[in-house]
Amino acid sequence: MTDARTAQAALNRRVDAETSGGVTEAEGPQLLSWDSRARRIVVIYIPLVIFLIVLLFPFYWMTITTFKPDSELLDYKNHNPFWVAAPTLANIKKLLFDTDYGHWLVTTMWVAIGSTFLSILASVLAAYAIQRLRFKGSDYVGLAIYAAYLVPPSILFIPLAQVVFQLGLFDTSFALILTYPTFLVPFCTWLLIGYFKSIPYELEECALIDGASRLQILWRITLPLAVPGLISAGIFAFTLSWNEFIYALAFISSTENKTVPVAILTELVSGDVYHWGALMAGALLGSLPVAIFYMFFVEYYVSSLTGAVKE
Amino acid sequence: MDASTWVAKRTPPNALARLFDYKPFLVAVCLFPAVGLLLAFLTYPLGLGIYLAFTDMEIGGNGKWVGLENFEYLITDPIFLNSVWNTMFYTFVATVGKFALGLWLALLLNHHIPFQSAIRAIILLPYIVPTVLSAIAFWWIYDPQFSIISYVVVDQLGLREKYFDFLGEPWPARWSLIVANIWRGIPFVAITLLAGLQTISPSLYEAAMLDGASPWQQFRRITAPLLMPILAIVMTFSVLFTFTDFQLVYAITRGGPINSTHLMATLAFQRGIPGAQLGEGAAIAVAMIPFLIFATLFSYYALGNRKWQQGSKDD
Repeated sequence: MTDARTAQAALNRRVDAETSGGVTEAEGPQLLSWDSRARRIVVIYIPLVIFLIVLLFPFYWMTITTFKPDSELLDYKNHNPFWVAAPTLANIKKLLFDTDYGHWLVTTMWVAIGSTFLSILASVLAAYAIQRLRFKGSDYVGLAIYAAYLVPPSILFIPLAQVVFQLGLFDTSFALILTYPTFLVPFCTWLLIGYFKSIPYELEECALIDGASRLQILWRITLPLAVPGLISAGIFAFTLSWNEFIYALAFISSTENKTVPVAILTELVSGDVYHWGALMAGALLGSLPVAIFYMFFVEYYVSSLTGAVKE
Repeated sequence: MDASTWVAKRTPPNALARLFDYKPFLVAVCLFPAVGLLLAFLTYPLGLGIYLAFTDMEIGGNGKWVGLENFEYLITDPIFLNSVWNTMFYTFVATVGKFALGLWLALLLNHHIPFQSAIRAIILLPYIVPTVLSAIAFWWIYDPQFSIISYVVVDQLGLREKYFDFLGEPWPARWSLIVANIWRGIPFVAITLLAGLQTISPSLYEAAMLDGASPWQQFRRITAPLLMPILAIVMTFSVLFTFTDFQLVYAITRGGPINSTHLMATLAFQRGIPGAQLGEGAAIAVAMIPFLIFATLFSYYALGNRKWQQGSKDD
C-alpha cells in the first residue's frame, strides 16, 4: 500500500516535472490539464470537502444539540441553530442521573466483552484447525463458516427468540453473549485464517522437530505471531457487539437489562414529546466509547475491514 | 520463546499429551466451540424458522402445523406486498447510491492528497458508530418543525415556502430512509474499494498515460476491470445487508406513516415479537431466503472468478 502510494507520488512528481519542464500544450494537453492546480482543486478537493461535511454533519448536529439549553433548542429565530450561545450540561446530567444510563453502559460492556472473548476463543481454534491442521475437507468447513456470515440476523431473530426462551435465557445478558457469536465467529475465523496463512509454516515444522506438541505450537509460536490479527478480530468483534441492535431488542424486555442502543431508543422516547436534548446526549455518549476505541486502533480497523473483503 | 527455558520445561509425553497430538481428536476439539455455537444458534434456528413459518406458533404457545396458510394469507396482505416492493426499491436505490458515491470517494482518496490516513479514519466514523444512534440523529434532522434542512432551505435560502414533511408522507419518508442508508453505507464501500484501488499497479497508469489515454479511458480500461472482483464481493455484502436492513427503519419511522415504509425485516419483527405471531413473522423472514441464496451464489461465483483471474491455484 505504501509502495503504491510512494510510486504514485513519484509518478505525479515526474509528470509535474515533465509538464513544467517545457512540454508544449500541443504535446501533452491531457497531462497539463489534468495536473494543473486549479483543476485539481475543483475535481478533487471541493468534492472531498463536501463528502467530509456531509459524512460528519450528523455527528456535529448530535454534539451541538447535546449542549443546547431548551430555550435555544427550539428557537431558530433568535439563536443561530448551528452554534450554542450558552452551552449547558443539563442534558447529560439528566441522562446520567435521571435514567439507568450507567446500568445500560455496564450491561453493554459486559455483553460486548463476553461475546468477544467467546468468539475469539472459538475462532482461533477453528482457524488453526482449518488453516494449519489441514484435515480432509477443511476447505469445506472453512466455506461453511464463511457461508454462515451470509445468514443475516434479520431472518434468525424470530426462531432464536424461541430457542432463547426454551433455554430459559430470555431477558438475560447470556442470551446476547451466546447469540452474538453467530455473526462474530464467521467474521473472526476468516480474518484469522488470513493471518495464519501469512505465518511461515516452516516455523511450526521446526517446533515439531524439536518435539513440541500441536497445542504448544499454537500457544507459543502461532498465536504470538498472530497478535495483530487477534487485535483486529477483537476490536471488530467488540464494536459489532456494542452496535448490535435487533437481538438485543428482541431478547431483552426489562429496562435494567437493556443495552445502550436499545435503551436509548425505547426508554428515552416517551409519549409524543421527544426530549431531543437528552436523546442526542444519549446518542453522543453511546457513540463515544466506540469512537474513542476506534481512534486508538484505526489501522487495525482499516486492515481488518479491507482484509476480510480481500480474503 | 527462549530456547533454553523451553527445553528445560519439556516433559516426557503422558497419555493426555499424546491424545492431544492425535490429529483427528485435536481437529475435533479445535472445531468444537465454533461449530457447536454455529450449529446451536445459527443452523438449528434457521431450520426452526422454516418450520415455524408453516405453523401458527405464538409466543409462549404451542403452534400446530398449518401448511401454507401463513403464505397464503401474506400473499393477499397489501401491507406485506408493499413491504416486499419497498425492500426491493430500498435495496436497489440505496445500493446504486452507495456505490456511485462510494466509488467516487474512493477515487478521490486514491489521489495523492495531504492527511490521507487521517481523512480515511474520519470517513469511517459513520460505519463505526452504532447505527441506531446515528439513525436517531437523522430522526432529529428530519423533524417536521425543527429540521435543520428545512431551516436552511426555507428560512435562510428561501428556496421553498413550506417546511419539508420528511417523515409524514410515504414517498418523502422512503427517500429520507434511503438517504440515511446511503450516508451510512458510503464509508464501507469507499474504504474497501480504496483498498482495491491501491492494489492496482501505478505502472499500468504510467503506460496508459504514455500511450495518450484520457482519464476516462484509464478508468474504463484499467481501473474498472481490475476493481471488478473486489467490487463484486463488496456489492454482494452490501446488497445482502441492505436487503435485510432493520435498524434504520425501525429507529426512524418504525414502518410508518401508515405502514408505508416497512421493510420485510421490520414487518417480520412487528408481527413476530410485539404482535406475538411468531409463525407469521417467521413466514415473512423465510420469504427473504430465496433472495439471500441468490446473493450467496453470486458471491461464490465472484470469488471463483477472482481466483481464475489471478491465476492462483488453491487460495
